[in-house]
Amino acid sequence: MSVIYLLIPVSILVAGGFLWAFLWAVRSGQYEDTTTPAMRVLMEDGEEGRKEGPEGSQHDRHTS
Amino acid sequence: MDAPSSQPPAAWLPDSGTASVADTPSSAEMTAASASQRPACFHCGLPCVTTLVQHGSHAFCCPGCLAVYALLTGHGLESYYRMNPSAGRRPAPSQPRFEFLDEPATRQRLVDYSDAQVTRMRFRIPAIHCIACVWLLENLYRLQPGIGGAEVHFGRRELRVAFDPARLRLSEVASLLSSLGYEPDLTLADLDAAPRPALDRRLWRQLGVAGFAFGNTMIFSLPAYFGLNRLDDPGLARLFGWYSLALSLPVLLFSARDYWMHAWTSLRQRRMQIEVPIALGLAALFGQSVHHLWTGTGEGYFDSFTGLVFFLLIGRAFQQKTYQRLVFDRDYRAFFPLSVQRRRDGREERVSLDSLEVGDRLILRHGELLPGDARLVEGPALLDYSFVTGEAEPVTRQPGDHLYAGGRQVGGAIEVDMVKPVSGSYLASLWNQEAFRKNVRSTFRNLTNRISRHFTLAVVAVALAAGLYWWMHNGARALSAPVAVLIVACPCALALAAPFALGTAQRELARRSVFLRSTDVVESMARVDEIIFDKTGTLTAPGTGVVNFHGPPLGEEAERWVYSLTRHSTHPHAVRIGESLETRHYPEPLMSFVENAGQGMEGRVHGHELWMGSAAWLISRGVAVPAEEATWDSAVQVAIDGAWRGCFRLTHPLRAEVRSLPARLAKRCRLALLSGDQPRERDSFRELFGPDVPLHFLQTPQGKLDFVAREQAAGRQVMMVGDGLNDAGALRQSDVGVAVVEKMHAFSPASDVILAASMVPALDRVLAFARSSVGVVRACLLLSVLYNLVGVTIAAQGRLSPVICAILMPLSSITVVVAATGLTSWRARRLLPRAGAPQEEPA
Repeated sequence: MSVIYLLIPVSILVAGGFLWAFLWAVRSGQYEDTTTPAMRVLMEDGEEGRKEGPEGSQHDRHTS
Repeated sequence: MDAPSSQPPAAWLPDSGTASVADTPSSAEMTAASASQRPACFHCGLPCVTTLVQHGSHAFCCPGCLAVYALLTGHGLESYYRMNPSAGRRPAPSQPRFEFLDEPATRQRLVDYSDAQVTRMRFRIPAIHCIACVWLLENLYRLQPGIGGAEVHFGRRELRVAFDPARLRLSEVASLLSSLGYEPDLTLADLDAAPRPALDRRLWRQLGVAGFAFGNTMIFSLPAYFGLNRLDDPGLARLFGWYSLALSLPVLLFSARDYWMHAWTSLRQRRMQIEVPIALGLAALFGQSVHHLWTGTGEGYFDSFTGLVFFLLIGRAFQQKTYQRLVFDRDYRAFFPLSVQRRRDGREERVSLDSLEVGDRLILRHGELLPGDARLVEGPALLDYSFVTGEAEPVTRQPGDHLYAGGRQVGGAIEVDMVKPVSGSYLASLWNQEAFRKNVRSTFRNLTNRISRHFTLAVVAVALAAGLYWWMHNGARALSAPVAVLIVACPCALALAAPFALGTAQRELARRSVFLRSTDVVESMARVDEIIFDKTGTLTAPGTGVVNFHGPPLGEEAERWVYSLTRHSTHPHAVRIGESLETRHYPEPLMSFVENAGQGMEGRVHGHELWMGSAAWLISRGVAVPAEEATWDSAVQVAIDGAWRGCFRLTHPLRAEVRSLPARLAKRCRLALLSGDQPRERDSFRELFGPDVPLHFLQTPQGKLDFVAREQAAGRQVMMVGDGLNDAGALRQSDVGVAVVEKMHAFSPASDVILAASMVPALDRVLAFARSSVGVVRACLLLSVLYNLVGVTIAAQGRLSPVICAILMPLSSITVVVAATGLTSWRARRLLPRAGAPQEEPA
């Protein structure tokens, strides 16, 4: 039974990882636009593929 | 905001010219073409009526479309047409010029960010409508070196683009977009506009943390509820308690932060808002739990604590419905374009409005807006002030006349001299009034807060009484009993009832094209007992007048000539007459065409001389116009070869189904009509509204505002239904301002509700639904008070265990949430018309 002392911190760490992933997703603006990414999936990329420009599609760097 | 470009004049080619084109490329274009038997443009899909450009096997309606096609295929972007054959939009024939964007002052106030390497700019592009648009705009860098990345926000119809300012100017980016048919919409309000976050990110982070903590503390609490820990290691129970405390700390400090702050400000302002009992309950819950853990007397209520915060935050998130493309606080600047044509030293240039000076000479073409008070210099002007004053008929002005800002020129180009700066115009001065300063309405008066005032006092009284009782009988419970009362009386369910019932009401209304600024508007709507209508655009449909011909029938041939003539004019009367004849006729070429502003037009068709215009003008040319016809106000007289043939009468009809609306509304509310228009249709409105309703015509914007204020002073809850800038003051002043819009996402003045024109006839049902929704809130509040009574009874006896708390708390919350949402959507189905296709994507 004493293994539970080890398992609980491990499981909390794992869950904490998911929490961190959620917070990161919110912070980086992934919930700002929920329609366009769904459309991008359906796009034809052609031979070249969709290159990222030098300033890429980095989310949200508002400077204001 | 630009007026739709009307049909290109005079360049009409006879049918034989287009008929020679044999094959149209694919079936997709054929459907568009079949209507008129002309090939569809490969780019924009419109039938090639005026011009035809042939390129390979594809037909194009204009050189502009061909240019876009050539540009795209030249850069390997043919996929655009494969993704959506009807993606293309015809670029405007005369491309606007954007050099004014490069003026340092304008540029700096428009862009999001700029340094030596990169400039970021957001363009609002209403033409974005499909996946191919998104694809093309995000591949903009392949068309134009210097553009870094481009990203479309489809919901907001926005393009965010980064480019190298050393290689590309802002104006070149705008021109490129415009030449592709994606003309950016630039208005005066875009200067210094702050980016609009779609959601409150902090709330979502708080929610995430609370949900995480709730889930995990539940796991640690469950063994205790089933008594499992007593069989096993007692050290484990203590450890679980400490883990729960560790998980609850971020909830206490971060997730529940707003409740502490709001409760504190409420207390300081001596207001018993709902946050006060919530904060009290949360504090008691947490304090008691820590005490249990410290003294080893129990595991605490950490799961209840985190769950409570989690549910409360869900309620807040549900309440915060935002619409991506609707803006509820627009002022006149969103109605004004960003630039205007100026002539200086013999040179014409496009300049930004904020760089205009008094004395500047401006040139306004058809459909352009007069941005400031000015004096007319060149040309008779025909200005359409319908949006600003409510007057439906365009007014004629002669050189030398003073013109007020906000009018749209219809017809030929005019020249004006600015006499006041843009911000000093009569229109702009309206916005400096008191009514526009109170931006946020106080939510203090809403139902939840009114109840919580009594509730809080009652709870504190019961807690004190319980403490006093146990202090006298059993000292050990003197502290725990009042704490338990505070815990169990924490009005979680109370705080959830309104957000969920009203949030559901807001969503149900949005599905039927009625958009509310916030959930508080539902409560305001439920209290309305007086409704004031604006006439133009609210009860009558703008632009779509009914055209009736009076006089001996013209006959097939003469009617065709009239139609051919009207096609060449941009005068609103001519356009409307033309539209009424369009389906029956094809145009014939004109031999000559002259338009005399303010009087009429003349032209030669098929060897016949056609005159159409005002009675006075025709009489001055020797036409015998019958006296009874000449008196009619909005009428266009027709003379062929010098002989009067009849007249077209134009009337503004009421919106369909609006006839029975006043009678239905009058059962519960007082009604009134305020119109900026001439009283020429007083009789028909008297008939519509009945004898007792006050009808006021020729109202100024200020007059409307004052009327609303007077009614409010008499203790009435006023709903103002309007559509134009002329109603803006009254919309703001009223308790519920309803802006009626013909097209979603078109300009609407600041308001609480944006209502699709098609929903005006159902206004009574919307109000009934609002009242019903508030009824649902009341029922749910009653339910939660019952729960609290049960809980408090248990707690006051000092028998509240963590298990009972853990069951009672979520049970009360969940039943209230289910009841609130379920009942409200059921009422929506009963009371409201069936939901059509939603015009605004859910955010």
